Amino acid sequence: MAQIRVENLRKDFGAFNAVKSSSFTVEDGEFFMLLGPSGCGKTTTLRMMAGLELPTSGEIYIGGEEVGMKRASERDIAFVFQMFALYPHMNVRKNISYPLVSQGIARSEVDRRVAEVVRILQIESILDKPVGGLSGGDRQRVALGRAIVRQPKAFFMDEPLGALDAEFREHMAEELRALHDRMGATTVYVTHDQLEAMQMGDKIVVMNHGVIEQFGKPQQIYDWPATKFVAKFIGSPPMSFLEFEGAIDDGGNAVTIGVSRIEVPKSREGRKGALTLGVRPEHVHLSDEAGLRGRVAAVEYLGTTQIVTIETAHGEIKARTASSDAIRTDVPVGLEFDRRSLTLFDANSGIALVSEANEGVLTRG
Amino acid sequence: MSAHSVTEPSPASKWIAGILVGLYAVITLIPLIWIISTSFKSGPDSISYPPKVVFEPTLEGYVNLFTTQSRPSAEDLAKLPAPTTWYDKITRERGMIISGPSRFGQRFLNSVIIGFGSTFLSIFLGTLAAFAFSRFKVPLKDDLLFFILSTRMMPPIAVAIPIYLMFRQLGLSDTHLGMILLYTAVNLSLSVWLLKGFIDEIPREYEEAALIDGYTRFQAFYKVVLPQAATGIASTAIFCLIFAWNEYAFAVLLTSGNAQTAPPFIPTILSVGGGIDWPAVAAAATLFLLPVIIFTVLLRKHLLRGITFGAVRK
Ligand SMILES: Nc1ncnc2c1ncn2[C@@H]1O[C@H](COP(=O)(O)OP(=O)(O)O)[C@@H](O)[C@H]1O
Ligand SMILES: [Mg+2]
Repeated sequence: MAQIRVENLRKDFGAFNAVKSSSFTVEDGEFFMLLGPSGCGKTTTLRMMAGLELPTSGEIYIGGEEVGMKRASERDIAFVFQMFALYPHMNVRKNISYPLVSQGIARSEVDRRVAEVVRILQIESILDKPVGGLSGGDRQRVALGRAIVRQPKAFFMDEPLGALDAEFREHMAEELRALHDRMGATTVYVTHDQLEAMQMGDKIVVMNHGVIEQFGKPQQIYDWPATKFVAKFIGSPPMSFLEFEGAIDDGGNAVTIGVSRIEVPKSREGRKGALTLGVRPEHVHLSDEAGLRGRVAAVEYLGTTQIVTIETAHGEIKARTASSDAIRTDVPVGLEFDRRSLTLFDANSGIALVSEANEGVLTRG
Repeated sequence: MSAHSVTEPSPASKWIAGILVGLYAVITLIPLIWIISTSFKSGPDSISYPPKVVFEPTLEGYVNLFTTQSRPSAEDLAKLPAPTTWYDKITRERGMIISGPSRFGQRFLNSVIIGFGSTFLSIFLGTLAAFAFSRFKVPLKDDLLFFILSTRMMPPIAVAIPIYLMFRQLGLSDTHLGMILLYTAVNLSLSVWLLKGFIDEIPREYEEAALIDGYTRFQAFYKVVLPQAATGIASTAIFCLIFAWNEYAFAVLLTSGNAQTAPPFIPTILSVGGGIDWPAVAAAATLFLLPVIIFTVLLRKHLLRGITFGAVRK
């Protein structure tokens, strides 16, 4: 097992810049999520870490050793591909033992280790079947088996659940996380599904257009997004924004939106001009006395809670309230926010202003 | 109008299609059946008019094909001991004796060596080249591929004279090696293009998995890619073999004895002695067809899958 450090990693495909100067650290034994929308450079980053693609510049350290220019086979890592890439002309047992055979490990040792992996994954019954006829879940298990059997320094997985149907995906996600907890192996996991990332990850890197937007624990990223992109990408529904012209002083703890004064966490920097106030739906409360007014545009019933969409002069706000609250559309309402949970962004750069609440967790790559 | 599904053809059109295909099969097979049946006829039966459909089969044609014979005088014939082998008997019945083997066997062997040798070489080189074109960043890839294909754009025989002179200089005239190299050169463009298509269809992840699993690039190629490409290799091999096996023009020009293949040799049977020995000619044609048919039947499963390869995604 090992720590993985990525420093100023960059990849160009011809004139196209797929990954721009990424830096992050995966601690030993961590389940690490690489999250971002399709095409943002997650796969490229992972492939560089695995040695399937050469970086244009930057360094990759696995267990303290710089491996950027080393062959994949010399990095002692395992890779689980999105489409599994099981060797189609071999049966399950051969697929799992194949990585060991290349290392010239003795037959009896190979058998012992395959048996152990098979027991962990509970795939005894399919051991001698060809991989062609297997179900998605079984293919997934065989692919995991092929990775585990090597006992590598780290596991790299590229959207390993992407090919499964929704129902089964949840089940496999739990299985995967349980497996990780038991083995404690450093794992880097690529996904575009923010729920999956929040649910499974110890730590998350959020990428967009080849840039690392934020890097931290799931809760930190959810509560204190470093950019408007992260705020919008994470959470369902995502963070709501109020756009306004205003100012805040270094040490200030309120902004004025229209005519209403809204308290925010104490700012650590001053800013004047186009600003954005971000608020999560669970931190919005409907109140008739509040100064900030809006009109209910829609109500979406979700069982125990409901999502209320409110239109204001500064943008649309979504609020999560108990389903028992009787809310009718087209009525005017007042809005109140939990003061300690708000984030201010520079509207043009999209970067969060530092406040006493988020100063400890804003790490950008 | 009876209702039928949009994708499933109606019974009537299935019948019509079946009859047309059957008719086509009969038409194309008649010459083949005619040749094969003629090879088992006796000399008189083969030229009888009207043609005999039912006849007494004999191996006379095959015996004549593989032997040279002479006609001794009646009293010499009477003095000879009784024939011991079946082919001696067949010959003796016609008042002839076998004086030695003909050159057909050796010509046939030449065809086998040159046909299969050049097929093997075309596939071997073609697979490696196709893999490189498919997987690596080759400088000027598109231009190179076009250049390779362009060697097919003129009929090969157009360069017969330069090749003839070149072969003479290099001492390759009338050698097996020369013919193998020549047919390989002609087939290579086809094999590179076909095989590149097949290898393009194999997901790279298979090799990448093998690379990560500790195999070298070449091990990944022959342990993972090659088994996946078997289908494409089989169908490409059949195309290459058919060309090399049937090639006539270069064979006439560049071979005369040592490395002469069957195609230029068979017509020479026509002009032996007086009348044309049709059963022997038909026997030669039948035997000549056999290796390609056997090869194709052996690889048939791959061939069918190969031809429909791109159309069906797994
Ligand atoms: N081999 C390549 N050549 C050129 N462009 C590539 C190559 N691989 C990926 N890209 C481009 O790089 C960008 C990032 O791709 P990728 O890392 O696969 O994204 P993700 O996995 O986040 O969806 C995409 O715009 C993609 O088109
Ligand atoms: Mg990807």
